[in-house]
Amino acid sequence: MKYLLLINAGELDLSGGAVGCEPADWMRFDQEITDAGVVVASESLADLVTQTRVQVDNDGKRTVTDGPFAETREVLGGFYVIDVPDLDVALDWAAKCPGSRAGGAVVVRPVAEFPGA
Amino acid sequence: MDQVEAVFREERGRLLAALARRFGDLDLAEEVTAEAIEAALLRWPIDGVPPNPGGWLMTTARRKAVDRLRRDQVYAAKLAILQVDADRAEAPRPGGEFPDDRLELFFTCAHPALAAEDRGALTLRCLAGLSTPEVARAFLVPAATMAKRIVRAKAKIRDARIPFRVPSKDELPERLPGVLQVIYSVFTEGYAASSGPYLQRLDLAEEAIRLARILHSLLPAEREVAGLLALMLLVHARRDARTGASGEVVLLEDQDRTRWDHDQIAEGRALVVQSLTGGPAGPYAVQAAIAAVHDEAPTFASTDWVQIVALYDVLSALDPSPVIALNRAAALAFRDGPEAALTLLDTLADEPRLRDYHPYALARADLLQRLDRRTEAVAAYERALTLAGSDPERIHIRARLADLSNA
Repeated sequence: MKYLLLINAGELDLSGGAVGCEPADWMRFDQEITDAGVVVASESLADLVTQTRVQVDNDGKRTVTDGPFAETREVLGGFYVIDVPDLDVALDWAAKCPGSRAGGAVVVRPVAEFPGA
Repeated sequence: MDQVEAVFREERGRLLAALARRFGDLDLAEEVTAEAIEAALLRWPIDGVPPNPGGWLMTTARRKAVDRLRRDQVYAAKLAILQVDADRAEAPRPGGEFPDDRLELFFTCAHPALAAEDRGALTLRCLAGLSTPEVARAFLVPAATMAKRIVRAKAKIRDARIPFRVPSKDELPERLPGVLQVIYSVFTEGYAASSGPYLQRLDLAEEAIRLARILHSLLPAEREVAGLLALMLLVHARRDARTGASGEVVLLEDQDRTRWDHDQIAEGRALVVQSLTGGPAGPYAVQAAIAAVHDEAPTFASTDWVQIVALYDVLSALDPSPVIALNRAAALAFRDGPEAALTLLDTLADEPRLRDYHPYALARADLLQRLDRRTEAVAAYERALTLAGSDPERIHIRARLADLSNA
């Protein structure tokens, strides 16, 4: 079963990294989860200031806005899609992810399965 | 008939657990469990009880599940992947006896990924065999609300695929307290109802004890399970003495100790010994030990307060919560006097968890009354009155207030 791990990074220090999760921690985690053969897709996202929002109303008019910029410190910073047997295994990977530390959180969401698809 | 129902209630949990694990779906498991029991109630009086009733029920339920999946292909497709996984995981059992998978079900129902309020409901429904309206009454919510909550929790188990499995030995210390907490919260609601006309709800307390007995039989070596069962037995043993003829509160110091259930106390004491032996004690074992010290005192005056305060010190170190600090202070009043206890209580005044907790206001009121500081005692009783939940608790506090103004 596939699960999306949404990584909400915690508080940032002066160098732009989350406190207590060094780049080396992320590289180690990425290596481990890749070696386990469970990763379906993964990306880390560019800085929040580059975010743009698009909405199309009922008349087909397109509205493009800068942002939105979350006011909370938790900001979506990246994701993994993993294929594992059950929620407990997905939660174990989420707990290993450096994004779950230092005030951050990893949100685990199953990918919908459509019978026959 | 009631006797037959009771037998099935016990069997139902086992059947449900085995089927839930087999098919990875609680809904299907519940449906075919109910159908199999219905079939048994119909057939057994005519054909006689089969030599292996559990096996008969299991075979019948499985056959009904397969029928159901044949009829509903979409549903079958949804469960197909799960079924394959479950089949692979199923190890052969000695003697072909149908497996007891209730421990798996305990951990699934108390899974931390479920809403805290749903865990108790699901546990009562699946493992204690209560119907949805009975669970609704247990939590004092409308049946429709409870039905929605149970549907939501079951859907999460199925769709997020919360597994039916017992955590490994090294996960157990993290997961077992969650299961114990579910059982204990059912018990505490039974011990002191949070609202309503009765102080105690004995049926709920008894369900919690029943669940703990099942869990203890499944995990006999886990000392905190023994500790929780001991704690509940030792407290529940006082049930008949805790209320008077009209349901009014009778305090520990005024209880007729001959009305305590001494068989239950003996059972609880044996379990306390077990829970305290073989390593550092857990919080339930220590709380059970405190309850045992109370139960062993022939009179209130002969209570070993030195021992009780010492046990509270151990408990505070294990679980430094404000509620435990409050209970420790209440015990300290009998060892060191009300003045010392009041000083301690006042240091807890800013604890958010105690601010609206009526036992805190009540304990303060009691100490102030003992110290003859009447105006403050009245204010504290009035505060407790606004916070108290059940009718007998409010009646008790009003009586204390009346005593104060008459004295």
